[in-house]
Amino acid sequence: MSLKIKQDQARFRDIVRGRIKRNLKKYVQKGEMIGKKGKDFITIPVPTIDIPHFRFGERSQGGVGQGDGEPGDPLSQGDGQPGSGQAGQGEGQHVLEVDVSLDELAEILGEELALPRIQPKGKDRIVATRIKYTGVAPSGPESLRHFKRTYKQALRRQIASGTYDRRRPVIVPVREDRRYRTWKQVPLPETNAVVIYMMDVSGSMGDEQKEIVRIESFWIDTWLRKHYKGLETRYIIHDAVAREVDRETFFHTRESGGTMISSAYKLALEIIEADYGPANWNVYPFHFSDGDNWSADDTRLCVDLLKEKILPAVNLFAYGQVESPYGSGQFIKDLKEAIGARENVALSEIADKDGIYASIKTFLGSGK
Amino acid sequence: MNRKTQLPAHLYDIRKRIEAYAREYGLDFFDTVFEVLKFDEINMVAAYGGFPNRYPHWRFGMEYERLSKGYEYGLSKIYEMVINNDPSYAYLLESNMDVDQKLVMAHVFGHVDFFKNNFMFRHTNRKMMDQMANHATRVRRYQDKLGVELVEDFVDRCLSLENLIDYQSPYVKRRADKKTDEEEENPERKVAQGFKSEREYMRGFINPPEFMAAAQKKLDEEAARKKKFPERPERDVLLFLLEHAPLERWEHDVLSILREEAYYFAPQGQTKIMNEGWATYWHSKIMTQKALDASEIIDYADHHSGTLATSPGQLNPYKLGVELWRDIEDRWNKGRFGKEYDECDSFVERKHWDRRAGLGREKIFEVRKHYNDVTFIDEFLTLEFCVEQKLFTFGYNEKHQRWEVMERDFKKVKEKLLHMLTNFGQPVIAVDDGNFENRGELLLAHKHDGVDLKLDYARDTLRHVQSLWRRPVNLVTKVEGRGTLFRFDGKEHSDRRVDL
Repeated sequence: MSLKIKQDQARFRDIVRGRIKRNLKKYVQKGEMIGKKGKDFITIPVPTIDIPHFRFGERSQGGVGQGDGEPGDPLSQGDGQPGSGQAGQGEGQHVLEVDVSLDELAEILGEELALPRIQPKGKDRIVATRIKYTGVAPSGPESLRHFKRTYKQALRRQIASGTYDRRRPVIVPVREDRRYRTWKQVPLPETNAVVIYMMDVSGSMGDEQKEIVRIESFWIDTWLRKHYKGLETRYIIHDAVAREVDRETFFHTRESGGTMISSAYKLALEIIEADYGPANWNVYPFHFSDGDNWSADDTRLCVDLLKEKILPAVNLFAYGQVESPYGSGQFIKDLKEAIGARENVALSEIADKDGIYASIKTFLGSGK
Repeated sequence: MNRKTQLPAHLYDIRKRIEAYAREYGLDFFDTVFEVLKFDEINMVAAYGGFPNRYPHWRFGMEYERLSKGYEYGLSKIYEMVINNDPSYAYLLESNMDVDQKLVMAHVFGHVDFFKNNFMFRHTNRKMMDQMANHATRVRRYQDKLGVELVEDFVDRCLSLENLIDYQSPYVKRRADKKTDEEEENPERKVAQGFKSEREYMRGFINPPEFMAAAQKKLDEEAARKKKFPERPERDVLLFLLEHAPLERWEHDVLSILREEAYYFAPQGQTKIMNEGWATYWHSKIMTQKALDASEIIDYADHHSGTLATSPGQLNPYKLGVELWRDIEDRWNKGRFGKEYDECDSFVERKHWDRRAGLGREKIFEVRKHYNDVTFIDEFLTLEFCVEQKLFTFGYNEKHQRWEVMERDFKKVKEKLLHMLTNFGQPVIAVDDGNFENRGELLLAHKHDGVDLKLDYARDTLRHVQSLWRRPVNLVTKVEGRGTLFRFDGKEHSDRRVDL
C-alpha cells in the first residue's frame, strides 16, 4: 500500500532541493535531530521549512526549565535551544530517545549529505584473494553440482525427446545433463588508511574554533572509519613550531604566538615518509587553521611542500579555514590560487558551527 | 481505515480490562476506537495531526519525513496518538510490546476523559474526523480545478497567519448582536443642506429632490467610512479578513477551512500540561494498581520514566502536569488549602499539616473540568512545588554567548511560565483599523508586552497579509522601546517611527 502522504513528502523534498516554489527556499532551515552517543550529543541534519509567523525574537525570550544548577550556570550542551514548550499542536505524540551506533551514524551522515562512497586507491596491490561463484559449466566436482539447473536441463531433454510423462513426472538426469558451479578468484585489495589532523593552536584560535574542529573531525573520523577497517589517526599541533601529540592534547591545547604553517606540513611529511608509504596507504591530511600565516615566504614554502611532496603522496589534502574573532586570513586564497585546481585538494571556509555540514560535504564529497 | 486495523483478539481482551479499570476509577470517556497501525502508517497519521485524511500540503510531508527519519535511524518513535472526536480514535503501534499497549490504552482513556469533560473542548467539533475528510476533498477539488501551485501558495500564505485567531473567542461573546434599527446606530445623522437659496420658490429648482438624495447619500457614506472600522480591535484577524477582504470564493473557502482547523486544535495546545499530566496520572494509577503483571514491571518502569524525563532547557509537560495533579490530590487529601492554611507561616507546621480531609480525588476531577493551563498553573503552582520540582527560568546571556540559568525565584518562575502559556507564547496582534488613514489600508497593532517581534518574519508575514487584503497593510509595534510602523504596499517595505 502506498501512503497518500508520500506525495506531500515528495513535494516537500522538491522544495528543499529548490526545484519548485523557490519563494520558500529561504525558509529552509538546517534543522537538527539530536541523538546521543555515549555522553556526546550527536546531531543529524533534518531540513525543515519554517513558514513565517508573527512571533517573538528568539533570544529575548528564554523560558522555564527544570533541574539542578545555580543562577549563572550554563544549560548543558544539547539542550541549548529554548523550549517554548507549546510547539506541536498534535495531541499526545509520545517520543522516545534511543542510542545510535557509530556505524549507523556514518550511514546517516552519508545519506543526508549525499556523500559518495570512497574509492580507495591501490586496487592493484593484491594482498588476498577470495573465491566467487560466477557461472555454470557442464563439468566440475560433484560437490558443486547445481541441482536446479541440472533438473531443468534433464526436463528439457526429456520433453524434447518425448519421454516425459505428465502423469508420472519423474525426471532422471543423465551424465550430459549435469551442471556445475564454476568460480573465479577475485583479488581483494587491502586498504589501509591514515588521517593526519593538523591544527593551528596559535593565540587566535579560540575555544569556539576548536569546538568546530572537534565536531568536524569527529564526523570525518566516523565517515572514513566506515570505509577503512583499522583507520589510524595522528595529530599534529602547531604555532610557530609543530609537534605530534595525542588526541586529548590536540583538542585542548592553547598556545600563543605566531603561526608557521610550513612547520606542520614538514612534520606531516616526515610522518608520512616514515610510517605510511604511499604505495600501501591511503593518506588523508586534514589541516585546520584561521588562515593567518606568519609571512608570505612561509606560505610560499607551504605551497612548494604541498605541490612537490605531499600532494603526490596522499588521496586527499583538505584545508579548513575556521573564522576567528580576528577575522579570516589570507592562507586559503593563496592555496586556492596555487593548487585549488588539483583534484585531490579540498578547501573550505567554515564561518561558524552551521557551516560544518557544508564543509564536510566539500571535504568528503569528492569520494577520494 | 480498512478492516485489518481492528484489534486482534488478545489486544481486544486487554482493552476490555483496561477500559473496565478506567471506568471503575470514575473516568468518563467517549467510546474509543483503537486501531493498530504499522510504523509508516502511524507516522503518517501523526504527521496529519492525528487524522487519517487531510488536504494535500507539503508541510505534512515535512512532518512525515522528520518522524520517519527519527524512526528509521532509531532516534525516536511514536507511541500513541489519540484524537478528540466522538467516538475517539486512538492508534497503537503494531510492533509495540503488550505492556506498552496496555500503558498506551490507559493513557488514552485519560485523554479521552479530558476531551469529553474539560470546558475548553466544549465547543470543538466532535465529528472532526468527517469534517477533516470533507476539508481535504474541498481543497483537492480546488487544486484539480485551479492547479496545485496556485492553491498551495494560497494555503502557505494562510498558514503564515494561522496564529492570528482569537483563542478566547469560543468562550466569550465579543460582539453585540447586530442592531436592526439604523437610527440607533447612527444617532447624529448629518442632513444635506443643498445650495443656499434666498428665494423660497427657487429652492426646488436649485436643489431638486434627486440631487438632495444623492448628496445625503454621500454624506452618510462618508460618515460611515469615517466611523471606526472595526469598532473595537479585532483579535480574530482571520475572521476579519474573511468578512472584509476581497477574496475570491475558493480563497474564502480555503481560508475558512484553515481557520476552523486552527480553532479545533487550539484547546489542545491550551491544555497541554493538564491533559498530558492527567493521562499520565491515570496510566500510572491503572498500571501500577491494577493492570501490570509482575513480569512487565521493568519494561513499564523504563518507559514510564522515559516519558517523565526532564532536561534543563525544556519543560516536559508530562512531568510538570502529573506532578501538579499529584500535588493537588495530596493537598486536598491533607486539607492543605483555605484561609487557615494560607495564613499559617510556620514552616514546620505547614510541612506536617494533615487534616485528613480526603478530598483529593474529588478535587482533581473538578479541576479537570474547569481549568486550562493558564488558570491551572496560576492557581495550583505553589512555592513549595516550585522548590521541590527545581524549577528555574533561563535566558540567553549575550556576554557569555550561551543559555544560562537565570533565577529560581518563585514569582519570576511563575510569571515566566504564565507568560509562555498566555496566547500560546505568541504576540497579541489585532486589527486596529480596516480603513487606515481613510485609504482602505489595513492597520494591525501589536500589543507590546516587553518582548520585540522577530522583524524579518514580521515583514514577511505582513507581505502575506497584504496579498489577502490587496491594499497596503501596516503593523504598529515597538522596536527597542520605540514605536515603529511597518508598512508593505504590495511592492516594497518601509518603516517609520510613530508615537505610541
